[in-house]
Order: sequence, then structure tokens, then C-alpha cells
Amino acid sequence: MDKNIKILVVDDFGTMRKVIKNILKQVQYENIVEAEDGVVALKILKSQKIDFVISDWNMPNMTGYDLLKAVRADPEIGKTPFLMVTAESLQENVVAAVKAGVSNYIVKPFTAETLNEKITKIMEKEAK
Amino acid sequence: MNVKFINPFLEATIDVLKTMAFVEPTPGKPYLKKDNIAKGDISAIIGLTGAARGSLALTFSESSIVKIVSNMLGEEIKEINGDIKDAVGEITNMVSGAARKKLEAEGFIIAAAIPTVVTGKGHSIVHVMGGPSIIIPFTTDHGTFVVDVCLTEGS
Repeated sequence: MDKNIKILVVDDFGTMRKVIKNILKQVQYENIVEAEDGVVALKILKSQKIDFVISDWNMPNMTGYDLLKAVRADPEIGKTPFLMVTAESLQENVVAAVKAGVSNYIVKPFTAETLNEKITKIMEKEAK
Repeated sequence: MNVKFINPFLEATIDVLKTMAFVEPTPGKPYLKKDNIAKGDISAIIGLTGAARGSLALTFSESSIVKIVSNMLGEEIKEINGDIKDAVGEITNMVSGAARKKLEAEGFIIAAAIPTVVTGKGHSIVHVMGGPSIIIPFTTDHGTFVVDVCLTEGS
């Protein structure tokens, strides 16, 4: 598994971005960029090569769900692996995210091992 | 307040802190709280609606939350700052989400609002339902905190 992939972490809380970065570092992912909402994330995705997106669901300006739809609708970045993070596992949200093309879903709280497992599975699936 | 609401919040709190902050809190005996004075230095309160209505507050002593957030961020924090305020809101959000998932399995579908964070010695916690709340006290190696739940069945 390539640990040098560039991961974009999207969350409106700077502290939560730090928490996710800390978790990623525990499983040797160091190449991380950050965005505070979907609008900023989309700009980053269009201006530099991002290998993987980890996005919160609830954010002002553009939610993680709207970001996912915007990414999937853009032919240049549409295939970027996208992991959605949320504090709750509401069935309707899961269904909506799956329909919109989310690569996988993770519910807070989660361990470094769980996050690593999700990233590895998604990247392996993408590589096939 | 129905006692069956206590365990989901107790278990969710332990789960969130063990998973995200590598801290294993020990719960004490729950008791009824009759005033609005918070039992610590920083709190987050979140409104709950649906099959049961009310609010959930988590109140931490400075020593306990400094250790918890330092572990979460992987960096040493010495006092209550912006990161700690954000983290207390996020921890409360996660406890609410995990507890509501457990309650959903028992047939109670409950939605949550966005948490509000309050700091300062002797600050107030005003629950939306106004009635007495249940306090679940916890101890950690670095200090105490409480989970303060006020929840009434029926919408």
C-alpha cells in the first residue's frame, strides 16, 4: 500500500482536521492537505493532484454530500476515492451517499486501524 | 427521566474517549442534579428532539480535558484554548451520535442539534426541558468529568 498518496482532509472544525491528521500519521500517511469546507476542497481538487478525499458530512457553505456530488460530476476529478466521515449513521444519509458515488463511509468515533483499513480497501478496489 | 436512557450515554462516552483519546474513564453512580451549576470548567450542550426530547451536556475539569484533547491531537496542550473548545463540541457530538444509535436500536429515533460550548468556573447548564437532570460522574487518571442528561420520552 502506497503511503505517499496525497490525502485531502475536509472538515469545518480545525481541531477535527488535526485529529484526523494525527490518526493518519499513526498509520504512516504524512502527505496531507486540508480544506475547511466543500468550496475550498473543490478548488484544491481542481488545482492539484489529490489521490484521496476524507470529508466530513456536516459543513457550512458546501456539505460533504454536495462536495461528493460536485466531484463525481466533474470528469477531471470524478474518480477520486472519497471517504465520508460523520458522527451518526443515519440510514437515509448512507443511502444518499452511496447513490451519489461515495467510496465508503466511516462513523465517528473510529480508530486509526479502522481508518487505515477503509483507505486500503478503497485504494485496492481503485487499483483493480 | 427514564433510567433506560442512562446506559446508552454512559457506554457511548466510554467508547468515544477510549477510541479517540485513548483514555479509559471509570463511571461512578448516577445521581439527580437539581441546580444549573456545571460540575467543571468547560461544557458543551446539545439539544435532542424526536422520540425523546431534552438535552445532553458534557462538563470537563480543566485537567481531564487538557489530557483528553492532547491525546486526540497528538500534541501537548497546557490549558483551555480554542482547540479544546472545538474538541469538547466534537466529543459531545460524537457521544450524542453514538448514544442515539444505541437508542435507535431500542426504537427511539432522536435527532440532535449543533453543540454549544461554554467555559468558566461555575458556569450554568440550562437544559431545554428545564427539569432535573441525571449526572453520570466519571473519573480518569487526569481528573473528573460528568455527563449531564435531561431527556423526556414522547415528542
